[in-house]
Amino acid sequence: MKNYQTVILSNQEMSAGYYRMRILAPGFGAAARPGQFVMFRPHASTPLLRRPFGVFRTGLLPADCAGLPPKEYLEILYKVVGVGTGIMSELHAGDRVEILGPLGKGFASAPEGREKILVGGGIGLVPLYMLAEELVRSGKVRLLMGGRSRDDILAVTEFERLGVETYVSTDDGSLGEGGLVTRVLQRKLDKYPHAAVFACGPMPMLEAVYTICAERGVDLQVSLEALMACGVGACLGCVVKGAGHSEENPRYLCSCKEGPVFRAEQLDWSRLGGQSGYCEGCKI
Amino acid sequence: MIDDARKNLKRPSLAVEVAGIKMKNPVMPASGTFGYGEEYAPYMDLDGLGAIVSKGLSLKPKAGNPTPRIAETTSGMLNAIGLQNVGVEAFIAQKLPFLRQLNTPIIVNFFGNTLEEYGEIARRLSDIPEVAGCELNISCPNVKQGGIVFGTEAKCAHEVVDLVRRHLAKPLIVKLTPNVTDITVIARAVEEAGADAISCINTITGMAVDVRTRRPRLANRTGGLSGPAIRPIAVRLVHQVVQAVKIPVIGIGGICRAEDALEFLIVGAAAVQVGTANFVDPGAMPSIIEGIEQFLIEEGLDDIRQVIGSLKL
Repeated sequence: MKNYQTVILSNQEMSAGYYRMRILAPGFGAAARPGQFVMFRPHASTPLLRRPFGVFRTGLLPADCAGLPPKEYLEILYKVVGVGTGIMSELHAGDRVEILGPLGKGFASAPEGREKILVGGGIGLVPLYMLAEELVRSGKVRLLMGGRSRDDILAVTEFERLGVETYVSTDDGSLGEGGLVTRVLQRKLDKYPHAAVFACGPMPMLEAVYTICAERGVDLQVSLEALMACGVGACLGCVVKGAGHSEENPRYLCSCKEGPVFRAEQLDWSRLGGQSGYCEGCKI
Repeated sequence: MIDDARKNLKRPSLAVEVAGIKMKNPVMPASGTFGYGEEYAPYMDLDGLGAIVSKGLSLKPKAGNPTPRIAETTSGMLNAIGLQNVGVEAFIAQKLPFLRQLNTPIIVNFFGNTLEEYGEIARRLSDIPEVAGCELNISCPNVKQGGIVFGTEAKCAHEVVDLVRRHLAKPLIVKLTPNVTDITVIARAVEEAGADAISCINTITGMAVDVRTRRPRLANRTGGLSGPAIRPIAVRLVHQVVQAVKIPVIGIGGICRAEDALEFLIVGAAAVQVGTANFVDPGAMPSIIEGIEQFLIEEGLDDIRQVIGSLKL
């Protein structure tokens, strides 16, 4: 992990309210694991704190005419939800930014031979792309992508280009199948009961995915989103309650350091949902 | 030739001594913003810091508050972590082995729920040779028994400092809250009770509301405000405390850059602590130290002590 003082290569709206930012980051790709994140801030005094963003992908720009070596970049996808992301959406290529990363614990590799099912809800799709890149090398990968409406369905064709089989569902039926992504998950698990599931999305979706997987004894890893100040385990702002947590015997886990990816059995699911801090990061 | 000349140029001295603790420079982290040191080892040479100040320790491990625990506000952040920590024994067993390899003084911050607990932790820490000194937290605003009851009344502050003084065989720094009518009264009380130094300020109690949900943005309802938003208040309070007591004062409050640190030093702080800025930029303290050295060179000064207390009125 490293603090990059670097520049934006591009920053474009990909769907209403959703943006893709490409940032110059030499050496980042070799260090990053699927599911890790960066702490981002623009080169400005507002907002004060950095914001955590999952890494969507890393890559190389083709060498340019000047014969310079290819430039390495990373991409983050974000939804404009408040002041911080609003400022981000107004940045341009060449603007200076800082990113600290790669941070946190990413996805653990799934057992060989299992079916792999990825479940993404809206912007929760982000950490699943690098995971898909890795998993397609050893077998079939299916992506179940859900959102409220067609604008919330992102980057599905990019997953398809990797050879991932994709299933889109929207709450309002404006794209793909109408209804919740968890209904698709149930159907897929009927067919592949031994699959390993990897999920990221809003807390109600994760809770539903957890209930489905727990009932069936399916292996599940989830990536959580949390408000955090530092990203390195110092501020203790981003904690979640771990399995077996009680007031007398507290078991807090830092989303930034022990997560953001957790195995489902690490967490105390009875106490996760009531925490309003989740999936509304970057509100300011 | 020029390189040779540069080598021979004497670098200004940044060394200070606070409460008998010798520091290479006057910059250290504020408790609770730097974990137990190891969290920031990948980003800087920890030996380059004036000292390391641990997260606040209690006798037993402490769970802390429910989430959300943090909220950003204009030029600052509110936090109500609730003093989550591993407890003094786990600190000694698990965190100290890393810290003891460092070549910089280790200052342990601690707090108690009762007077007895303060005394017990003080005795326990007295046995640890690697601990250069202790910072007594009588000022956390976020827990019912996090020390603030001891820090807001001069009589209580005197009592707890007096007790810790008798049990602690180490330099004693007492950290004060700004959430009082007159900080100088508390400052004099802890000085009289035997504190070797004062650090101030802790966070300022604040509150923020989510207008859509109409709920407080922190689960704890209120929290401590830190960051650049509080700096002018902190500079004023440090200035007042410096004039009220004879013991050294460590200035804390929204320091992000060398100029910010220099403000505190000029009003008379013997050293400074950097808090929220560590979250924003893990390299904040090294650049503040470099900036202070640069300032001395530009001002033609050879010792940081020429800056401390140099306020012109």
